[in-house]
Amino acid sequence: MSFTGKLGWDSIPFQEPLPLVSAAVIGAVLLGVFVWVWRRGHLPYLWKEWITSVDHKRIGVMYCLLAGVMLLRGFSDALLMRSQQAIAYGNGGYLPPDHYDQIFSAHGTIMIFFVAMPFMIGLMNFVVPLQLGVRDVAFPTLNSVSFWLTCSGALLINMSLVIGEFAKTGWLVYPPLSELRFSPGVGVDYYLWALQISGMGTLLSGVNLVTTILKMRAPGMGYSRMPMFTWTSLASNLLIVASFPVLTAVLAMLILDRYLGFHFFTPEAGGNQMMFVNLIWAWGHPEVYILILPAFGVFSEIISTFSSKPLFGYRSMVIATMVICILSFMVWLHHFFTMGAGADVNGFFGITTMIIAVPTGVKVFNWLFTMYGGRIRYTSMMLWSIGFIVTFVIGGMTGVMLAVPPADFVLHNSLFLVAHFHNVIIGGVLFGAFAGFTFWFPKMFGFTLDERWGKRAFWLWLSGFYLAFMPLYVLGLMGMTRRMQHYDVPGWHPWLIAAGLGALLILAGIGCQIMMLYVSIRTRKDRIDESGDPWDGRTLEWITTSPPPAFNFAVLPDVKGEEAYWGIKAKARENRRLSDRPDYEPIEMPRNSPTGIVSAFFATAMGFALIWHIWWLVILGFFGAWGTFIVFAWRDQAEYEIPVEEVERLDQARRRSKATLLDLPEEALS
Amino acid sequence: MSQTANAHDPNKWGRDSEPNPDGPAPKRIVVSYGFWIFLLSDFILFACFFAAYAVLKDATAGGPSGKDLFELKLVEAETVLLLLSSFACGMAGIGTLARDMRWFQIAMAATGLLGAGFLALEAYEFLHLIGEGAGPGRSAFLSAFFALVGCHGLHVTLGLLWLTTMMAQAWSKGFREDILRRILCFSLFWHALDIIWVALFTMIYLMGVRG
Repeated sequence: MSFTGKLGWDSIPFQEPLPLVSAAVIGAVLLGVFVWVWRRGHLPYLWKEWITSVDHKRIGVMYCLLAGVMLLRGFSDALLMRSQQAIAYGNGGYLPPDHYDQIFSAHGTIMIFFVAMPFMIGLMNFVVPLQLGVRDVAFPTLNSVSFWLTCSGALLINMSLVIGEFAKTGWLVYPPLSELRFSPGVGVDYYLWALQISGMGTLLSGVNLVTTILKMRAPGMGYSRMPMFTWTSLASNLLIVASFPVLTAVLAMLILDRYLGFHFFTPEAGGNQMMFVNLIWAWGHPEVYILILPAFGVFSEIISTFSSKPLFGYRSMVIATMVICILSFMVWLHHFFTMGAGADVNGFFGITTMIIAVPTGVKVFNWLFTMYGGRIRYTSMMLWSIGFIVTFVIGGMTGVMLAVPPADFVLHNSLFLVAHFHNVIIGGVLFGAFAGFTFWFPKMFGFTLDERWGKRAFWLWLSGFYLAFMPLYVLGLMGMTRRMQHYDVPGWHPWLIAAGLGALLILAGIGCQIMMLYVSIRTRKDRIDESGDPWDGRTLEWITTSPPPAFNFAVLPDVKGEEAYWGIKAKARENRRLSDRPDYEPIEMPRNSPTGIVSAFFATAMGFALIWHIWWLVILGFFGAWGTFIVFAWRDQAEYEIPVEEVERLDQARRRSKATLLDLPEEALS
Repeated sequence: MSQTANAHDPNKWGRDSEPNPDGPAPKRIVVSYGFWIFLLSDFILFACFFAAYAVLKDATAGGPSGKDLFELKLVEAETVLLLLSSFACGMAGIGTLARDMRWFQIAMAATGLLGAGFLALEAYEFLHLIGEGAGPGRSAFLSAFFALVGCHGLHVTLGLLWLTTMMAQAWSKGFREDILRRILCFSLFWHALDIIWVALFTMIYLMGVRG
């Protein structure tokens, strides 16, 4: 047993230029950013205001940033796969199978765990306390720990690019392929530990947000008055709390198999591989609803706001959300009808799957009826929403087709399936994330995003999506299975070239989004959101300034009905004056803490050591993390006070901007 | 009498009919509520290991079954130690209510020692089984057994680490508000492990020895 475990110079893939060069480019960019930040003297600011921040708004923004960066990584993988398949007709293409298998495994893992999840959790973190009218989440420091643990997982996955290898097993590491006997390398171990660490972060985040929504709401904010995004966030986080332990357990079993010679899923000594598949999908199916439900909430907010109407069928929307929440635990077997459980079992799960289409259909009609008769403003966010409705309905229909067991026996593991889940995840989750990011961007940073580049991005993404994925439906029906490194069927080739061109259109869409950020930041002085309410909003996040002060609300809002802010605005317009000037008090806010990043540092070290069997570092990492928590637990000052003058000054400025927004006279302020 | 007056006070009445009249819950409620949510997720983790055990119970691969291996005497001793430990943890809770540091420390020490005794017996059982050639690598049944019981044991171990930290903290900081909240969470955790053990004792050992 050596000092560095299994790690040696032969772990670096010198013979493969692609990962090394790309990693060198990433490293150079990161180093460049670091040097720039350091030379400009921004490091203390970053450390104090962001890295150690326990403010839910800052953490939310950092989650979104992580998702954006990882989207670039995951999309690079997508481009590699699409170009490989566009080329590899009758030849081996340019990616050897060994490398290609790592790419599709990494693409799926990254896109689900480090793009879609952090994007949604980021939006929830930022928005939910604001919509509830409170000052922070239930456990602010824990929130920071959650975020940095997610980063830790993302870092480990990216390290596999240059140190060792990634899993070649697909994104759900099915045994027996993922067992030690068939995958002796460190690839699967990278997957397992990255997900155990980031999964812990996600679970804690779920506990945090559930507690926040159920126990911390402004006075008068009853359940039947919560904004739809908060409702869907509640459903999503309940699913996190109920399903992520299953992921932890099943990955732990695979770890025991690989590290200590257990026989949970091995082909010998009585192991049962299908138990892995059942357990992983008992987490995996709720997971897709963890992703899509917050997106449904985003679209509900946007469609209602830009149709200038209350959401149609609020109560039916809440019920539909909670029904989906429950049903999502009763359909997992549809991912493997071909297991051979028999007609009765398959029939049951086929029917429960189809039933989910009912509450989802309720939602679609609610959105349509919200738009019906409304005064619609076609902003880029509204375009994403309408694009979503059309695209998601198509994806939902192919989903119902797959839910028919006999049809599934034909389509199982074909490109039809790949097309289906990209159809709902891109058209649903990703469109929702982009729409929500544009919608709440002014609340995050105090200025709006450029609409021209935003709309260009939308049209390129939409057309790129259809061009890239409709051919995959056809290819699936033609019999092409997923994850093929090369093929020799002439009929497939043109469709795969078309799909490759679609990916290029999406690349152009991403380019437009980067331009949108660049242009908006350059012209931010012209696009400042003075009023804190740029879209004529209806929920409480728009009552405060953009960006909100650390304490969100000088005085917690007194909620009088649904659409709390809309009611307050209407009353102010009617009375020609704002609500009475409140009695201000000093506010206690949680102090910043480096606990999150320091414990995540030790978690990363521990994860890396476990992957490479460096046992002394495992122990060091564990006690380092434990020590970090002890230091945190020993502190005497958990909060700092914002003086009453500061609170009053900020809130008076806010009230003036609201009076300007509503065109009220000066005396309306008192 | 005053209650009736309140009920007819129109202001009071209007206030009560509003949902969530008091706004965010106090910190003590929020913390213990959040910890309960975490414990529920922990139960789900255990549920997966229980399910795996139920699936693999008969997959002995020609090796020994529970009937051949389990010794109820030993497990009874473990159970007694763990339940006594929970009793001591309850005494520590009373010590906390009485704000009596010596009582709290003695009861927590007893909790920890009994827990450590439990762990020692469990370690003995594991080593004994491995020595007999009935380690986790022998069969899927034994894999599931070691993982489920070991997962509980791991929780007890982490609980002991928490317990010693808690004792040191209460000693140096006194019964401060945040320390009280943490003591509450610790005792919830410790009792939750009992609940798991009762299920484990029944499902693995009692049902196991019957074959």
